[in-house]
Amino acid sequence: MENQLLSIITFLPLVAALILALFMRGDDAAARQGAKWLALFTTSATFVISLFILFRFDPSNTGFQFVEERQWILGLTYKMGVDGISILFVMLTTFLMPITIYSCWGVETRVKEYMIAFLVLETLMLGVFCALDLVLFYLFFEAGLIPMFLIIGIWGGKDRIYAAFKFFLYTFLGSVLMLVAMIAMYLDAGTTDIVKLLAHDFGHETFSVLGFQVVGGLQTMLFLAFFASFAVKMPMWPVHTWLPDAHVQAPTAGSVVLAAILLKMGGYGFLRFSLPMFPVGSDVMAPLVLWMSAIAIVYTSLVALAQTDMKKLIAYSSVAHMGYVTMGIFAANQQGVDGAIFQMLSHGFISGALFLCVGVIYDRMHTREIDAYGGLVNRMPAYALVFMFFTMANVGLPGTSGFVGEFLTLMGIFQVNTWVAAVATSGVILSAAYALWLYRRVVFGDLIKEALKSITDMDRREKAIFAPLIAMTLILGVYPSLVTDIIGPSVAALVTDYHAALPADGAELAMH
Amino acid sequence: MTSADFQTLLPEILLAGYAMAALMVAVYTTKDKLAPMLVWATAGLFVALALYIGGTGEGERTVFNGLFTDDPFARFAKVTILLSAAAVLVMSQDYMTRRDLLRFEYPLLVTLSVVGMMVMVSSADLITLYMGLELQSLALYVIASIRRDSAKSSEAGLKYFVLGALSSGLLLYGASLVYGYAGTTQFAGILSTVQDGVPLGLLFGLVFMLAGLAFKVSAAPFHMWTPDVYEGSPTPVTAFFATAPKVAAMALIARLVQDAFGGIPGQWGQVLAALAVASMFLGAVAAIGQRDIKRLMAYSSIAHMGYALIGLCVGTAYGVQATMIYMAIYVTMNVGTFAFILSMERDGRPVSDIAGLNQFAKKEPLKALAMLVLLFSLAGVPPMVGFFGKFYVLKAAVDAGWVWLAVAGAVASVIGAFYYLRLVYFMYFGAEQEPVDSRMAPVQWGMLVAVAAIMLLGIVNLFGIEAPAALAAEALVR
Repeated sequence: MENQLLSIITFLPLVAALILALFMRGDDAAARQGAKWLALFTTSATFVISLFILFRFDPSNTGFQFVEERQWILGLTYKMGVDGISILFVMLTTFLMPITIYSCWGVETRVKEYMIAFLVLETLMLGVFCALDLVLFYLFFEAGLIPMFLIIGIWGGKDRIYAAFKFFLYTFLGSVLMLVAMIAMYLDAGTTDIVKLLAHDFGHETFSVLGFQVVGGLQTMLFLAFFASFAVKMPMWPVHTWLPDAHVQAPTAGSVVLAAILLKMGGYGFLRFSLPMFPVGSDVMAPLVLWMSAIAIVYTSLVALAQTDMKKLIAYSSVAHMGYVTMGIFAANQQGVDGAIFQMLSHGFISGALFLCVGVIYDRMHTREIDAYGGLVNRMPAYALVFMFFTMANVGLPGTSGFVGEFLTLMGIFQVNTWVAAVATSGVILSAAYALWLYRRVVFGDLIKEALKSITDMDRREKAIFAPLIAMTLILGVYPSLVTDIIGPSVAALVTDYHAALPADGAELAMH
Repeated sequence: MTSADFQTLLPEILLAGYAMAALMVAVYTTKDKLAPMLVWATAGLFVALALYIGGTGEGERTVFNGLFTDDPFARFAKVTILLSAAAVLVMSQDYMTRRDLLRFEYPLLVTLSVVGMMVMVSSADLITLYMGLELQSLALYVIASIRRDSAKSSEAGLKYFVLGALSSGLLLYGASLVYGYAGTTQFAGILSTVQDGVPLGLLFGLVFMLAGLAFKVSAAPFHMWTPDVYEGSPTPVTAFFATAPKVAAMALIARLVQDAFGGIPGQWGQVLAALAVASMFLGAVAAIGQRDIKRLMAYSSIAHMGYALIGLCVGTAYGVQATMIYMAIYVTMNVGTFAFILSMERDGRPVSDIAGLNQFAKKEPLKALAMLVLLFSLAGVPPMVGFFGKFYVLKAAVDAGWVWLAVAGAVASVIGAFYYLRLVYFMYFGAEQEPVDSRMAPVQWGMLVAVAAIMLLGIVNLFGIEAPAALAAEALVR
């Protein structure tokens, strides 16, 4: 029973989606309400079961736990399991989904289909974090595009078609290259089992392709193919351009899931595949990735300053924050990787909450233009407080989880590359600039806009949505060991294996 | 000639005899009134034969002095052909009856072309190959123009005939060169000839034959007839063109290159690879601008043929297995898709303009959902079965060291995804306008939903087609 727990939480939402699709008839108010309640109940039940998994999880064991394995087609296996790195992403997903569902209580168009899309999406996201077979992982990773494509395309804003297509094709292109690399890995290692692949030593002898010397050989090629997928998903500069479009057009709940969970798949992929499986390839490419991250942090922060659309601003801020994540991961030391995972979790809460904040006023005014607001504090004190809290968390104020993530990643990178660290640190100032400026323009000032004079403060449902997010941001901010104790041993093992796998002249390799 | 010879050929003899007898009966009795019944009888016969072939056939036999062979590969292809032909027949009956198109010749011509296809996949000799191919093609030319009062249908038939005749000519010319240099028309004889050196003339013959066959599978750059014929023919006929003949022609290519030229994979591998790449990209790019769903499906099938050819050009048993699985998945997807296209109409007249699908999902959520599954499957997005088809051929390519081909296939699949998504876009988020009607006979509805279910449930074990496909491939590639 215990070994099937992961399958149970993964497929429970899918079962609910099937029930909705097959047995729920009609589109009256009662049916809509029923669909919402069923979705909320299922996602909550999933969260409760995942809590049980978390309590039974043994952090000191760096291997995979709750492993389930079955034979499947093509000589593949259906294998699920979690370790210290993936368990918290599972928790993040199950924790955020009930909140997301509860946040779309006000949706009135095609409610049943909306709920089905989110439930299917939860199944696929959990599958990504639990899968221990390459192809199974790819299946979940890729299939997640379908519900998100529909969520943006059906319930999105004015330019939703463009955004949906851009989102789909961008990420699809990255992923198919990964698929080719996966096939190559299978042929090299003779298995698609991730556990065995982690122990497999992929070739890293330099060879030449079309006259180019490929330092790191096969590992570098595989790294690049996976990088194409994860960098788009993450998204890293310069392949981030799909994200602002997708965010702006997606409905609020879609943005929340996209920013809080879907982006983390890229970071998780780096930690699960790139770093441990292709250490030499990672080492060769690390300087490039680090500089791309540093550019991402500064450049997208500057771009964020110039935005007039709130969602777009937060989207660019997400790209910048993801820059800290990739930087931490490829610093490849304990603090860096710890910090990267921490930053991803914390960004899950904070960016999700920020998109919900935008959603609150968008539901009332139906515009996301920053200029349309101003002086909200006069009519919405509770909202001003919540928004203030998450703005501060986004800036990385000590005491919030945002600070811990940024601090740890910067500390990690400082030991590896001080220049990148210096550039990246300037991003902290920039993020304070755009976040506070946004806050000032929306919340402070005099309430002069005619349309805003009758705006109402958050109701009880909206406050209830933010409460758990505020709690998590604060708890993780003041007591980060909650997370680092769980991820610590697995990250330590990852980092040790990584450095052990590098050839003695690794530093020299990287210079070429 | 012994009774064993005839027993091996029993299914083909039975079908041919049935077609001729039924033709006579219908001509001298009630003519078209008999047609609906004939459709069902023919489909029933196909299914029965598929069960017979799939259930009882075993081992390998070459009969009629090495003209005709019966092996697991032929049986796999025959079962696929028969089942898909039966499916297309039963779902076209309602459409054709309502539009007064259902002549009694239709099911019988289909039967004759199926006989041709069965001979093709079993051929062990250039003569058998050509006979099967021509029997199939001649029947198809007539079916393409079955709508006698429509200029478009006649044009489709004529175009198909002229270009088909050209391709047959190419093939025949190639075959004569091969015969001239090998001194035999039998595949086994050709195989032993090429093992001690390949004369240049033989190589010419091989290339001409491949060009002729590329016409039949509509691989680029020999694809020009496909969109026009698909568009001009009545939709049920298009559905038939897109399924069984493609399987037969693809199997024939596999048979020819492996049985006759198996010793020189380096010579034909590159030709097939070039065809594959050209087809994948042309299919993907040219489909983007299409406004007619039948033309779009034509380009889609061109692209799919490119993927199937990847499996063949690598020359391994695993590659052949991948191709056969790909073709089985391909015909299944096409049966479902055409079941839907058959139902598209406005005021009782068939429409094929994709803009008519605008907001279709609001009107018919279940059909739209089934189509959504099919379209993502055609695009090769997991977890639909279409993904596993692509995965198989790409794996076969990487396995055999054709990494660049696999990368090309992967890139083309992204471009191709665009136009399938575009159909989803019309159905789910298109402009507000009255969508087409979708009047479905129960059979069509059943096909559509069943195929969509297959696309999703196949993820469990692909319905066990891996083992027979592996058996088929091993029988072919030695």
